[in-house]
Amino acid sequence: MFLTISTTGIPERPATDLGFLLHKHPERAQAFSTSHGTAHVLYPEASAERCTAALLLEVDTVALVRRGKGKGRGGAPDAALAQYVNDRPYAASSLLAVALAKVFKTALHGVCQAMPERAAAPLPLRVEVPALPARGGAGLVRALFEPLGWSTVEAEPVALDEEFPEWGDSRYVRLVLEGELRLADALNQLYVLLPVLDDAKHYWVAPDEVDKLLRAGDGWLAGHPERKLITARYLSRRWGLAREATERLELVRLAEAEGLDVEDVDNAVDESTDTEERPVPLAEQRRDAILAALHGAGAARVLDLGCGQGQLVQALLKDVRFTEIVGVDVSVRALTVAARRLRLDRMGERQAARVTLLQGSLAYTDKRLAGYDAAVLSEVIEHLDLPRLPALEYAVFGAARPRTVLVTTPNVEYNVRWESLPAGHVRHGDHRFEWTREEFREWAASVAGPYGYGVEFVPVGPDDPEVGPPTQMAVFTRTDKTDETLKEVTA
Amino acid sequence: MTTRTLPVTDLSLVVLVGATGSGKSTFARRHFKPTEIVSSDFCRGLVADDENDQSASKDAFDVLHYIAGKRLAAGRLTVVDATNVQPEARRQLVRLAREHDVLPIAIVLDLPEEVCRTRNAGRPDRADMPAHVIQRHRRELRRSLRGLEREGFRKVHVLRSVEEVEEAEVVLERRYNDLRHLTGPFDIIGDIHGCRSELDSLLARLGYVDGHHPEGRTAVFVGDLVDRGPDSPGVLRRVMAMVAAGDALCVPGNHENKLGRWLKGRKVQQTHGLAETIEQLEGESEEFRAQVAEFIDGLVSHYVLDGGALVVCHAGLPEKYHGRTSGRVRSHALYGDTTGETDEFGLPVRYPWAEDYRGRAAVVYGHTPVPNTSWINNTICLDTGAVFGGKMTALRWPERELVDVPAERVWYEPARPLVTEAPGGHEGRPLDLADVHGRRIVETRHLGNVAVREENAAAALEVMSRFAVDPRLLAYLPPTMAPTATSRAEGYLEHPAEAFAQYRADGVERVVCEEKHMGSRAVALVCRDEKAAHERFGVTGVTGALYTRTGRPFFDDQDVTEQVLDRLRTAIGAAGLWDDLAASDSAPGAGDWLLLDGELMPWSLKSAGLLRSQYAAVGAASGAVLPGAVSALEQAVARGVEGLDGLLAKQRERGVDAAAFTEAYRRYCWPTQGLEGVRFAPFQLLAARGRSLAAVPHDEQLAWLDRLVEHDPTGLLQVTRRLVVDTGDEASVAAGTDWWLELTAAGGEGMVVKPLAALVRDAKGRLGQPGVKVRGREYLRIIYGPEYTRPENLERLRQRFLGHKRSLALREYALGLEALDRLADGEPLWRVHEAVFAVLALESEPVDPRL
Repeated sequence: MFLTISTTGIPERPATDLGFLLHKHPERAQAFSTSHGTAHVLYPEASAERCTAALLLEVDTVALVRRGKGKGRGGAPDAALAQYVNDRPYAASSLLAVALAKVFKTALHGVCQAMPERAAAPLPLRVEVPALPARGGAGLVRALFEPLGWSTVEAEPVALDEEFPEWGDSRYVRLVLEGELRLADALNQLYVLLPVLDDAKHYWVAPDEVDKLLRAGDGWLAGHPERKLITARYLSRRWGLAREATERLELVRLAEAEGLDVEDVDNAVDESTDTEERPVPLAEQRRDAILAALHGAGAARVLDLGCGQGQLVQALLKDVRFTEIVGVDVSVRALTVAARRLRLDRMGERQAARVTLLQGSLAYTDKRLAGYDAAVLSEVIEHLDLPRLPALEYAVFGAARPRTVLVTTPNVEYNVRWESLPAGHVRHGDHRFEWTREEFREWAASVAGPYGYGVEFVPVGPDDPEVGPPTQMAVFTRTDKTDETLKEVTA
Repeated sequence: MTTRTLPVTDLSLVVLVGATGSGKSTFARRHFKPTEIVSSDFCRGLVADDENDQSASKDAFDVLHYIAGKRLAAGRLTVVDATNVQPEARRQLVRLAREHDVLPIAIVLDLPEEVCRTRNAGRPDRADMPAHVIQRHRRELRRSLRGLEREGFRKVHVLRSVEEVEEAEVVLERRYNDLRHLTGPFDIIGDIHGCRSELDSLLARLGYVDGHHPEGRTAVFVGDLVDRGPDSPGVLRRVMAMVAAGDALCVPGNHENKLGRWLKGRKVQQTHGLAETIEQLEGESEEFRAQVAEFIDGLVSHYVLDGGALVVCHAGLPEKYHGRTSGRVRSHALYGDTTGETDEFGLPVRYPWAEDYRGRAAVVYGHTPVPNTSWINNTICLDTGAVFGGKMTALRWPERELVDVPAERVWYEPARPLVTEAPGGHEGRPLDLADVHGRRIVETRHLGNVAVREENAAAALEVMSRFAVDPRLLAYLPPTMAPTATSRAEGYLEHPAEAFAQYRADGVERVVCEEKHMGSRAVALVCRDEKAAHERFGVTGVTGALYTRTGRPFFDDQDVTEQVLDRLRTAIGAAGLWDDLAASDSAPGAGDWLLLDGELMPWSLKSAGLLRSQYAAVGAASGAVLPGAVSALEQAVARGVEGLDGLLAKQRERGVDAAAFTEAYRRYCWPTQGLEGVRFAPFQLLAARGRSLAAVPHDEQLAWLDRLVEHDPTGLLQVTRRLVVDTGDEASVAAGTDWWLELTAAGGEGMVVKPLAALVRDAKGRLGQPGVKVRGREYLRIIYGPEYTRPENLERLRQRFLGHKRSLALREYALGLEALDRLADGEPLWRVHEAVFAVLALESEPVDPRL
């Protein structure tokens, strides 16, 4: 981990004054112990014309991993820290920001008793960070630094591996800032923005971090156009960090076993990439359509199969006509979120008795799901590989056999209407397929017939004359008249 | 007075009836085991701390019913010691017995009031009981006596005097359906429906001579002897004679039941072929008809045979009904279960009870005509529609061989076409969540019980449901492998010396060192063709599967998968392995399949995400930083700044380590285009038709694999280099070490050391590790970081704990073997899946991922 700060000077105001401002003598190499390794300050050049201070942090990776309390795993939220193969020794992250704050503490506060007027005045500065991890890329780096008074902001992406040009750029940029700024301002900006760009802090974000942010951001953060992003990232989206850390452990392991990125696996509770949520509250329209269809069917005991974070369960609870609501999901994490969202632990007994959350899987038949009035499969089937769909069909239509089954799924024809969706892309990274209206109808008919259901189709969202509605819904209704006998027999 | 015997069925609910003080508890203690008795007084004590607190009676009886219910569900004789003089109390017990399909039996102690009063007076806790209580009990008892049979008690024993009670002796009787002591061997014969000639042919093929088997085998008829066919009386005559002679057993079918009612003069509809039988019986004597009526009347709904391993009945039977006696058990045994719906032919839709079946006993039945028989969840239907022009089928037990003869003609037109269930059920139907969910114990033949924790099963459920291939094709998941014990040799974290020494200490003389390929684990299930895949695994449109160590499809594109399978199939065929590998006792040709374990390369093919986000990223960051840092230090030193020499040297070293790291991962990356550049190195054949190959010694394995690689003209398959080492021979061990040094110096990942005999046990009989990995010094940079080789880092990294990893490796290995054995034995899908799922669940146990 390495960065340099340079300035230029003239004989009356020599560049070596930088040493006074930083409180570090240019002719001496100094070392400071920080919690993650040793920080060295040295000056590769120190003349009246030009003076460069370098901060070099030697990180001990083995100690970094082993510090964690869990066996061989760091206790911090940053999953990368659990790896011995780790960019932390090299990349300028929050570790470097911490070292910066410790080593240049006085300078950071703009205090210089020897030459207070120089500390208060702008200097010609050049800051170079050779490997700055930048989530958001060079564009975000520029967006963050350009409003801060620098005349040049150079952010050059670093290639992942020149032997494999097809892999493209890494997440690092080589950052060079040039301009006339107060040294303390420059240091404070780095102190805040290095971890913001890295977006993975190495320590627990404690409540006093808010104070630290406000102090370091004094004079520049409040008016920054990206203030929201800076604040959110700096505080590491503090909500539920502890929870997330524990819940992610399983996924990290699975991802490791597969050689995948954790993100590829961990999308069960992620709705942030669901582009359809943004332009119109389609999710809400979908829920309304589902509620209407359930009322139409006179359903009172309802299964929400693939309930996710429980949005539909919540809507169903608000309607007393639904006497028994069962939310089923394969993801325990999603169910935990749902239970919290519904405040199950604080719900009155009578209300709580109406709702049950179960871990279950539609790849298997499940006796607990038999005998209900209706089942909802809202935005579920497209998360299954096509060859495994028949198992779901049997589990729902063959084994659970509710009187009514509602299935919603995206209408792929409508994707051309999403401005934010690149052509040919699915709406969510985990969608294994998206169907046209005709494909959906064909599938629905192929299921309805053999299992003894009739099927009707309902558009959800604006029904575009050309490409149809954004979401399509099928309402399946059992055609045989022997529900009661069936229940007795299968019970 | 002579002894009075009281017959009691060995699985029943015995209800004692008698006034307070009539001696029920004493009687119960004398005739039954203490644990068989549940007394209301005891239950009162449990809930109220006072055995005589009448206000606690309701709760006490709830407890009593609960305990009795648990015992009956477990199949244990239970005696209820309570007054039971009121009809309502007995009604609840009769219902309890019926709920658990056991017989309710009443033993009544009808003793004079005086006796009861004297006895109560002698007990301090009851001495002041008012006299009217006994009188009321006596009154209620007398009123009840005559109606006990009508209340549902199947046996009623009334003892009317102190003497009778004294002289009584309880005798346990076996249930009629309990023939566990008969071990056969048996020939179980499917539905006959009056096809006399086919029956004779089938009996002849089975080796019976005039209804008797010279080797003493017993025929077991699953019922439906009569109706529809040409000679029902002839069939009856043959079967009745065999049963009478002890050469056969017979359970009733629904057709016998109906015929029996007609013979008794009841009014029945003469449909479904009964009319034909009646007509045929008209030519028979009155005496014969009486014999038939008697025969049918004496048939027992189902039999439990062969120590409980075999259950035979007409229409199938869920496990909880095995060996039970109740109206609904008989009804299920005769008619099966229906969903309540009717199909397009107006016939009732049968409930697929076999899909839910998870019992240990094989259930052999008939009733539903199918074109071909197949096992589903350890049940098999033998009705192959002989009367409809199909065939007549028998199952040899315990051989589990099928024998059949074709119908001579279509004797009767079926009301609906015969359809068959695919083996294992279509569309993954029989897999139920209850087979995998929650805390589970999986029994393995090599390591006993393996426990799966609930949270691990929950994690595995998500992966299995969202990402894995069809469970029917996921017949195996590879176990994790432990590394060799940590080396103390300078500069090394792992070294072959420890691996050889450990196996030697465990008594393994010969080990094989196999080159460890650095790619991604891939398991390939290759079927001979689509038909074989359908027949054996029930899937359509594919010829197998290629999946990762967590069961994900290896390629997103099914076409690419099929191309790989096709190349494998071609090589297997050309090498002649289909026939060499299949079990010798299974029919050649049809249904061939092969399961292989291997490594698919390059690493970059499957792990591009990880490479980019982690490995190449570290390389890129270090490359961007270190040269600048080094030159800054050099400049400062050149300026005369003191005290930086150490830091400069260290940064230069960092630069060298980082470059070595980049080199290390680059070796396992190369570009691919379609299958161009892709390599597959199979290192074990796991199973083939009817046979697990997991215990085949590795030299034999490698010889097969070499043949396979030789016969692949496409260059996809890659050989696995190996060296056999004698762990007791120093020179051989040294050669093994040199070989490893050579492999790893050339950039290899390292090697795996396996016992040559594959499946080994140590001196104490414990299952041995199937292999340990010895990873190369450079390769380990990818695992432990670029600078792990520095002495101070190595020293710390040597503090690693292998115990959990080793235990995990063994448990997963045993589960893998179990899955393969179950697969090879043709066990139900859920049994194979149970073991496979458990491997995935154990994989989510937290263990140091670098091991």
